[in-house]
Amino acid sequence: MALTETDLRRLARLARIRVEDAEVGTLVTQLSGILGLIDQLQAVDTHGIEPLSHALDLEQRLRPDEVTEVDRREQFQAVAPQVEAGLYLVPKVIE
Amino acid sequence: MDWEVVIGLETHAQLATRSKIFSGAATAFGATPNAQACAVDLALPGVLPVMNRTAVEYAIRFGLAAEGVIAKRSIFARKNYFYPDLPKGYQISQYEIPVVSGGQIVVELEGLEIPVRLTRAHLEEDAGKSLHEDFHGLSGIDLNRAGTPLLEIVSEPDMRSAAEAVAYARALHRLVTWIGICDGNMQEGSFRCDANVSVRPKGQQAYGTRCEIKNLNSFRFMEKAIEFEIRRQIGLIESGGNVVQETRLYDPDRDETRSMRSKEDAQDYRYFPDPDLLPLCIDVAWIERVRNALPELPDAMRRRFVSDFGLSSYDASVLTASFDQAQYFQALMHFVQGEAKLCANWVSGELSAALHRDGLEIRHSRITPQQLGGLLRRIQDGTLSGKMAREIFDALWSDGGEADTLIESKGLKQISDVSTLEKIVEALMAAHPGQVAEYRAGKEKVFGFFVGHAMKACGGRANPAQLNAILKNRLAGK
Repeated sequence: MALTETDLRRLARLARIRVEDAEVGTLVTQLSGILGLIDQLQAVDTHGIEPLSHALDLEQRLRPDEVTEVDRREQFQAVAPQVEAGLYLVPKVIE
Repeated sequence: MDWEVVIGLETHAQLATRSKIFSGAATAFGATPNAQACAVDLALPGVLPVMNRTAVEYAIRFGLAAEGVIAKRSIFARKNYFYPDLPKGYQISQYEIPVVSGGQIVVELEGLEIPVRLTRAHLEEDAGKSLHEDFHGLSGIDLNRAGTPLLEIVSEPDMRSAAEAVAYARALHRLVTWIGICDGNMQEGSFRCDANVSVRPKGQQAYGTRCEIKNLNSFRFMEKAIEFEIRRQIGLIESGGNVVQETRLYDPDRDETRSMRSKEDAQDYRYFPDPDLLPLCIDVAWIERVRNALPELPDAMRRRFVSDFGLSSYDASVLTASFDQAQYFQALMHFVQGEAKLCANWVSGELSAALHRDGLEIRHSRITPQQLGGLLRRIQDGTLSGKMAREIFDALWSDGGEADTLIESKGLKQISDVSTLEKIVEALMAAHPGQVAEYRAGKEKVFGFFVGHAMKACGGRANPAQLNAILKNRLAGK
């Protein structure tokens, strides 16, 4: 499967990764190469094989429903760029 | 043209656990901002999610109550999108294999039972909250809600009107609160619905293009928002336009829905299995333990109230509107045996009105089932008329105490003794021969005059039915 420039720009936007115009060509070639490997994998007949959801053959461990965390907001917010009234401040996210 | 409306609902029920789904931070509502957001909720580097057993158990409980299938093995996936109140850049959810598949909710509407099929119910975490006001051009982020366990319950597009959709949402709300997995508080966001709405010409097989309406945080708004959206879509098509698939937000102030996201931002969540979480395995023994601990469910209880107590289907529905109300009624029946209709009337009448007036939930009622039972027994044995009973009820409500003591102290015992009532009636007739003659001459209105005077003569305590019967007999000359 070959990637187009449009696909690449869309993926970059979804992943919030800035891609310079000069890089687009190289990235399309490189990513298409990776997709080529996936095509090879897809070609394998997996009929009758159960999909693998995790590489480890183990079950999810469950913990009891207990509050074990204390309020450590001061420590967490000490490394935040900007806080006010207990809130983390970020660039406005609504038009 | 005749249009058919097609509606499906997605509901997020917040699970009533003490701690979060993947961390040990508290979930209590209304805490100081970010005081309940721990390293896992903040997605600090190196943290790993550990699953809350109770959240899983609640999902099983729901699946069994809704007659769905519990997956013996289900997996968690990452739903990727960027928003500041989602610190990881993805929400942990379930995609390919949800914990519950299928099931149904039976909805009652205008005396009909409509089954609404469920597609699935899956476990996921909630995001935080963004506050857009008052921060000099910045947004404030509170992550207390991040990681709160949610059960997303997805219905099939089985509803055909706004009223059906609301009835379904109410039935679902009753079920999740009934089985104790969600507190159901819609103001606090514990039960949130999104509606997928489309229209198609009557008789057409294919679905029309749907829009998703978000922000339906009350049943009233839900009905209005869906009604608006139906009108909007039909108007659009009839004037030659097309419905565009999009997410719309309901604005209750203007009673309209409006587009929320531009098409350019079409979402692609790029789901994939979360490598941080192993498959969730639920064995048969666990499922059976949960099944055995389930309370009697509302539909079964409603049918039992009809068959065992002889209540009407309507009364039984009203009483089973909530778990707490049904419990109250059953406790009350214990004190006033054989008087189901009387109990039903008082629970859905006086008691509900008093609770509503004081803004109380029934579990905080100022009158216990035992106190109300004591009062109803005095109606049952004819000591009190309905009017007197209401007076005692008000006294019990405001000052507490016991019905019998209040009847004594207020001198409110009803006079049902025939000879006493006969004496009063005879004295009255002797004092007003003119009126007696009028009545006998066919002026039946005069009857009211005698009832009024007789009631006055005994301080309003006469048993009305008995007084009427005696008056009728005596005035007729018998």
